[in-house]
Amino acid sequence: MEGLFFNVNGGFVEGIVRGYRNSLLTGQNYSNLTQCETIDDVKLQLGPAYGDFLASLPPNPSTSALAGKMTDKLVSEFRYLVAQSVGSTAKFLEYLTYGYMIDNIALLITGTLHERDTRELLERCHPLGWFETLPVLCVATNIEELYNSVLIETPLAPYFKGSLSHHDLDELNIEIVRNTLYKNYLEDFYNFVQTHPDFSGPTQEIMSEILQFEADRRAINITLNSFGTELSKQERRKLYPEFGNLYPEGSLMLSRAEDVEGVALAVSAVSDYKSFFDAVGLSQGGGGLGGMGGGPADGKSLEDLFYQKEMEMSKFVFTRQFTPAVVYAWMKLKEQEIRNVTWISECIAQNQKERIGNFISVF
Amino acid sequence: MYPRYLYGVLTTTFVVVGLYMLFQGEGEAFNVGRFLEEVSPYAWANIGIGLCIGCSTIGASWGIFLTGSSIVGGGVRAPRIRTKNLISIIFCEVVAIYGVIIAIIFSSKLSPVPESQLYTQNNYYTGYALFWGGITVGFCNLICGISVGINGSGAALADAADPSLFVRILVIEIFSSVLGLFGLIIGLLVGGKALDMGAA
Repeated sequence: MEGLFFNVNGGFVEGIVRGYRNSLLTGQNYSNLTQCETIDDVKLQLGPAYGDFLASLPPNPSTSALAGKMTDKLVSEFRYLVAQSVGSTAKFLEYLTYGYMIDNIALLITGTLHERDTRELLERCHPLGWFETLPVLCVATNIEELYNSVLIETPLAPYFKGSLSHHDLDELNIEIVRNTLYKNYLEDFYNFVQTHPDFSGPTQEIMSEILQFEADRRAINITLNSFGTELSKQERRKLYPEFGNLYPEGSLMLSRAEDVEGVALAVSAVSDYKSFFDAVGLSQGGGGLGGMGGGPADGKSLEDLFYQKEMEMSKFVFTRQFTPAVVYAWMKLKEQEIRNVTWISECIAQNQKERIGNFISVF
Repeated sequence: MYPRYLYGVLTTTFVVVGLYMLFQGEGEAFNVGRFLEEVSPYAWANIGIGLCIGCSTIGASWGIFLTGSSIVGGGVRAPRIRTKNLISIIFCEVVAIYGVIIAIIFSSKLSPVPESQLYTQNNYYTGYALFWGGITVGFCNLICGISVGINGSGAALADAADPSLFVRILVIEIFSSVLGLFGLIIGLLVGGKALDMGAA
């Protein structure tokens, strides 16, 4: 039934996003990129996809400048979509930005704790998490003022309220604050797509699956990163989102896990995660976590496998029509593309050609 | 919440009024047979023609906005799809033309008749035939328009992604546009047996 009315408000936005998706880099583009000798070659190869955004870069730009320009393009395209959308689609897009807002606010809280000039930090905030009242937060000089202005001025107030007080916002807790906010955000987003009448049908199915995966991934990462820190099991459990494939039995087992093997046992009920843990050899103990290419087995880390899975899910979203979930999928694919290009150009810049193949491409 | 409340009020009103009339000995006021006999065949025929053209147009316009918004959106990044995909719009438009054709044919069967010759067997038949023929064509075209519209929207997006998919989806789109043709044929058959009003 979604086909009857979705196009009234969402047809144009969906058409545009699919256009964006068609200009994502393909396997052919990546194999060309890996042949590049200098960053200038990379820039040239990206020319058709990124066009004038890269034109203002100086010759042989730094990797971060390149990634920054690519992010700029993502941001400008996303802002165009936001400007074109109305109704429930607009609300959905707003939810996509909350994740970045959480990062920005965490950055400002850290800045305020260190008594830095937070106005300088504004430039380092992610542009997608920008909202009109963000500069107001810089007026705060101590943490209590900041907490009050966050509650009044930001769209994230519901995520703070009830689960965090200003006593919680101190140096040690900043990651806990971030994860608590993210948990509340994910639960709210999940609830939004589950209950909104416009989203019955494909949006609900797709987004439930993706958000459940996201929730599980966060729970697993929180657990793995908490080993060797002061985080108690009780507090750790409070950070797990209360939905997902692992919830409730898996979450309970995760909260009791003492080491990596315990985590592997907790997630073994879900065959996907079990195969990830088997693939990186974590279930037999040993092996570390790393960013791209940090893991032991065939160069893939657990993180990479999760990204790979996420990209495949995002790719399949495009087999469904009449849903704003394609915007979410496109953003994830685009972010991964930026990470990929950063990785490749970093490898070229540092002459680490043997590890250049460690990117994730699904097209 | 609100519609449910409304249904409750409506049902209660009907039951109360119906029971009141029944117990007052006025239950005969709801006489379906008499209603059918007393309504002028002109009323049936004209309602049929109106629904025929009305539903067909709604179907066509529904299909056009479904397809059109996707063509416009998909055309931003792939301008080559805009001309090719006009065919989906034409398929939708054809649905409205079916409705116009049938409405014209049906309305040619009407002509003024003095009241003394109105309630004849032939005129009753013509009235009912045009009414149900018009409804058949109208709803057939409404569904056909929606189905072509959804197909066309998919065709535009698929064409933008991969030009070789266009022809394949077009085949499916033709199948859904044939649904309207079925309605047209049945409408012609039903209306064909009806004599002109006042003839013989």
